[in-house]
Amino acid sequence: MAGSTLASPSAEAAPVAAPAASGRDTWRRFRRHRLAVVSVLVLAVLVMGVLVGGLLWPVAIDDIDFSAMLQGPSWQHPFGTDDLGQDLLARMISGGRISLAVGFAAMAVATVVGVAVGAVAGMSRRFLDPALMWLTDLFLSLPQLPLLLLVIYLFRDRLKQVFGLEGGVFVMIVVVIGGLRWMPVARLVRAQFLSLREKEFIEAARSQGAGAWHLVTRHILPNAIGPVIVAATIEVSAAIIAESTLSFLGLGFPPDIPTWGRLLFDAKDHLDVAPHWALFPGAAIFLTVLSINFIGDGLRDALDPRRVL
Amino acid sequence: MTPILSVQDLTVAFRVERAWRPVVHGVSFEIGPRETVALVGESGSGKSVTALSIMRLTPRDSSRIGGRVLLEGRDLLGLPEPAMRRIRGDDVAMIFQEPMTSLNPVLTVGFQIAEALMLHRGLSRAAAEAETVRLFDKVRIPGAASRVHDYPHRFSGGMRQRVMIAMALACRPKLLIADEPTTALDVTIQAQILDLIKLLQDEEDMSVLFITHDMGVVAEIADRTVVMVDGRAVESGPTDDIFRRPTHPYSRALLAAVPRLGSMRGRPHPTRFPIVDRVTGEPEVVPDMPDTVAPEGRPVLEVRDLTTRFEIRGGLLSRVRGRVHAVENVSFSLRAGETLALVGESGCGKSTTGRSVLRLIEPLSGSVLLDGEDILALAPADLRERRRRMQMIFQDPFASLDPRMSVGAAIAEPLLINRLASRREAGDRAADLLRRVGLKPEMAGRYPHEFSGGQRQRICIARALAVEPRLIVADESVSALDVSVKAQVVNLMLDLQASLGLAYLFISHDMAVVERVSHRVAVMYLGEIVEIGPRAAIFGAPQHPYTRKLLAAVPVPDPGRRRQMHAVRSDEIKSPIRPVGYVPPERLYREVSPGHAVQVWGPEWEAAVPAAAA
Amino acid sequence: MGAYLLRRLLIAIPSLVGISLILFTVLALAPGDPFGELASNPNVPPEVRAALRLKFGLDDPLLVRYLRWLVAMLHGDWGFSFASRIDVDDLILQRLPTTLFVVGSSQVLALLIAVPVGILAAIRPYSVFDQVANTLAFVGFSLPTFFTGLLFILLFSIKLDWLPFVYQADVAATGWHWYWEHVRQAIMPVAVLGFFQAASYTRYVRASVLDVARLDYVTTARAKGLSDGAVTLRHIARNALIPVVTLVALQIPAVFGGAIVTEQIFRVPGIGSLLINAMLANDTPVVMAVTFVFACLVVLFNLVADLLYGWLDPRISFR
Repeated sequence: MAGSTLASPSAEAAPVAAPAASGRDTWRRFRRHRLAVVSVLVLAVLVMGVLVGGLLWPVAIDDIDFSAMLQGPSWQHPFGTDDLGQDLLARMISGGRISLAVGFAAMAVATVVGVAVGAVAGMSRRFLDPALMWLTDLFLSLPQLPLLLLVIYLFRDRLKQVFGLEGGVFVMIVVVIGGLRWMPVARLVRAQFLSLREKEFIEAARSQGAGAWHLVTRHILPNAIGPVIVAATIEVSAAIIAESTLSFLGLGFPPDIPTWGRLLFDAKDHLDVAPHWALFPGAAIFLTVLSINFIGDGLRDALDPRRVL
Repeated sequence: MTPILSVQDLTVAFRVERAWRPVVHGVSFEIGPRETVALVGESGSGKSVTALSIMRLTPRDSSRIGGRVLLEGRDLLGLPEPAMRRIRGDDVAMIFQEPMTSLNPVLTVGFQIAEALMLHRGLSRAAAEAETVRLFDKVRIPGAASRVHDYPHRFSGGMRQRVMIAMALACRPKLLIADEPTTALDVTIQAQILDLIKLLQDEEDMSVLFITHDMGVVAEIADRTVVMVDGRAVESGPTDDIFRRPTHPYSRALLAAVPRLGSMRGRPHPTRFPIVDRVTGEPEVVPDMPDTVAPEGRPVLEVRDLTTRFEIRGGLLSRVRGRVHAVENVSFSLRAGETLALVGESGCGKSTTGRSVLRLIEPLSGSVLLDGEDILALAPADLRERRRRMQMIFQDPFASLDPRMSVGAAIAEPLLINRLASRREAGDRAADLLRRVGLKPEMAGRYPHEFSGGQRQRICIARALAVEPRLIVADESVSALDVSVKAQVVNLMLDLQASLGLAYLFISHDMAVVERVSHRVAVMYLGEIVEIGPRAAIFGAPQHPYTRKLLAAVPVPDPGRRRQMHAVRSDEIKSPIRPVGYVPPERLYREVSPGHAVQVWGPEWEAAVPAAAA
Repeated sequence: MGAYLLRRLLIAIPSLVGISLILFTVLALAPGDPFGELASNPNVPPEVRAALRLKFGLDDPLLVRYLRWLVAMLHGDWGFSFASRIDVDDLILQRLPTTLFVVGSSQVLALLIAVPVGILAAIRPYSVFDQVANTLAFVGFSLPTFFTGLLFILLFSIKLDWLPFVYQADVAATGWHWYWEHVRQAIMPVAVLGFFQAASYTRYVRASVLDVARLDYVTTARAKGLSDGAVTLRHIARNALIPVVTLVALQIPAVFGGAIVTEQIFRVPGIGSLLINAMLANDTPVVMAVTFVFACLVVLFNLVADLLYGWLDPRISFR
């Protein structure tokens, strides 16, 4: 009997636009953003550079040579030297590893915390949501950089004792940056949850007997993940800038860990005689951040064509 | 007689990803002085694009308009942009479908109307405002002088549409283009707005181009009709002729599928829509439907004194400021194989009733017995298990499927959630169900966006059927669908009821569809059932003033049976929001005939009775 | 509107309390004895140290100490700067106007750039202007302020020698010359901060205008016969700025962060450089007070943003 109700093929044309994104569609839309594709290449070169650059340019970062102080770029020192005659290329390769690692690790912290807070707030209907959102808004109105500086100022010595010099500062900077940057993700996830949970397909799943866990893991999270990926991408660049800022103010990594921001801090008093010292690390930060931002923009276009911001 | 507007061979193309996609192919029609022409078609037929193209309001960089649009002999398409701007709002004015979004929220309505007057008539601000008050009176907005300085959010949808009409009339245009102006409105408000447009057309000597998908509205208002499909005008002529003797197969298919109020008189059971093939124009034979209602035994669903209220919080400490009395003391029962329709206008609580029955919303009090077991008393785990026996089909087939889940997985999901089948069995069941709702099993791997609206609604029905429910709550399930698709989905639902003995709680605002599908009807008003009874009794001998008013407002797709014009009324749909201390009055019901009960109404309805009965 | 304002004020107070609680907790949890080097000075005998701890109440429960600190702050008793040898509140009051001047001017500059550029870019999307503006915006907010600052100094002070790169609070000049010197030294810090914010604001404005431009009421306005300019200004711009206000408000903490960096680069004697110098000098009372002042400023400007929001959107008093 059901056969008799078969729609005649000409009855309706399927819509042309495809709102949902499968993997291939996403890649096709991402490729259309030319700057984003270029940025992927640039970022790949930068990441490979800091990862394997040490093998290709095996020069010690703390090789002091007073005969070659503040020299500009040359064959011997492609990026020049600093006031102690140390090779800047080697220092940038080594410091870049830290800068990028901080960026990705802090992003992971911020995203995990943000998704957790946002998801809990988005699913709770009574008291937890306003409380968590009040906390989120409170954190959003914290003066972040002063607070970052304050925490580092107060806790630096204790962590050095526990994790050692490099590890201690790294853990602290990652936790503090991540801990002060989860709020945008949380708000985003909550907003996604609030709008998705009123969608009819969620109601349909509920009316079929699905529990809260099933709803979140099977329907809500997969549909909310696109904007979260975009936000997480932008978090990486924000964290890199935050770390560089701390180091630039002299309150991040110590001088023997030459992150890009630290190099700028050391270089700023020699601008008149050795501008290369500031330009190379500054350009490295700029290129990394710019390419990550463009990738984020390309992902935004690719993952959700409707969202503009 | 020279036409006001003559559209000749209009073609429109939009740029989609660097290619030009034509959406209107060579449409021609004319509108004479004081004439109303309806442009009718289903979604995607290009009717709205045609209207926007006449005004040259399509996006400038990504659209191309060809042909000629002559306004009193002057070709609008050839005019430079500044000259075209002088025509817009002055010679030709336009009103749109969505009154809620068509007004700028941060400017007062008065200013938005005065803007056009100052621009085209060169009036001073004060003179323009005085004229605005006059226009408000003209469109019968109560308390005109005090309301012109209000912002749009203080107006209801129907009142906003009046503001839009006032704005359009401001400069006494020769032609009014109305793009689905009543589609977003409730049926009683729609009747008011249609009356208003007709009245003002007489007063102002305008021509009207009326764009709509609703054949009832066409019959109500249009002198001549142009039928559009796939960007082409396939048939045009006097409205009477088109309704009596449609020549093009598509027009015939469209008209056959249109639900007509009163067409069920004398038929005992719900009846399938006749389907006319839109290519050949040949009608399909309508089989008689058997009686599907189970005569004895316990009803599947018994609802007693169901009450659902929502609290409205606001103010400094978010205190409860008022309550939405969405559902108040609603009682009804439903047998296997029976369809009970819940009808009413927006805010009457019909959807909340449906969701409360499934406990998707927690009701305040009352009882809902499903096969004798009280759903409202179940623990959450038991409730999830029982929900299998009652399923819901939603209004928006686009929103009710997870865009990231293949339709096969979506149909199999309820089986897997309830552990009714293994993954493989569930897949087989999904294929089976797809076939059952008229789709191909191979489609299981596709994603929702690859389907049309009607196909999606079929998928939703298949998903609901997967757990073999006893009761289906269909919440405006066919309201968003195009006429012909609507008929097919209704037919599918009737077939499934006959073969599976399903009980339907059919929630709808569309009286004509309700007349066709239901065994019994309950009319809701402000959260209460004001009248309930067999379909024939409700439609044949309505008792309650509200039921009469509702039925009188439904436009009938028959130009010979136009409603009489009466004085344009300005009453609005009442809101079920009550102050905190509100105690609902005791209601009495009186049985008119077996199974037909009417709420005893108070003096507030007395004034309305003679008007509705007339 | 009155109730709305009151409500926002009542929300601001608990957030100030919350922020101060967070600050205090961070301080209390910190290792060592941050309440002055006196208490940890090895030359001070243990009995005296214990007496001092008792006097300062360092062994009381956290909440008691917090309340005492809060009451002191509210009484204007902000402690004594060990490094500068003056009261902390006097020190901050000396420095605050400079910071507000630099931050305020840079925000004005940012909005003067972002609003027109964002609107022009959005009403002709994907035009050459839009693409150039968009790319520049990306470059702008990918350039960290500390790097732009160094580039500016390199170019305008060292290579061209146009502008001074050290900001002086008291300029040795009088009359018009005094004003001119002030403007000259403020150009670089204000521009660095302003361009950076302008880049992100431009993106917000553009996105918001794009959103609004396709709404129904814009078509209504065009159907009235209004010119493109009137439609853009009267019907699009105001509506588009409503969400921008929220986004700008969210940027306020970042703006003050940027102020710290620029003050440090150009040696502007504001509270940002005061904070860094106090940290490098272990001057805890100053660090705490400046951080708290920053928090107050953020809350204050959020309140201003809320007011602006209520003024732009007539629906707000209705909610």
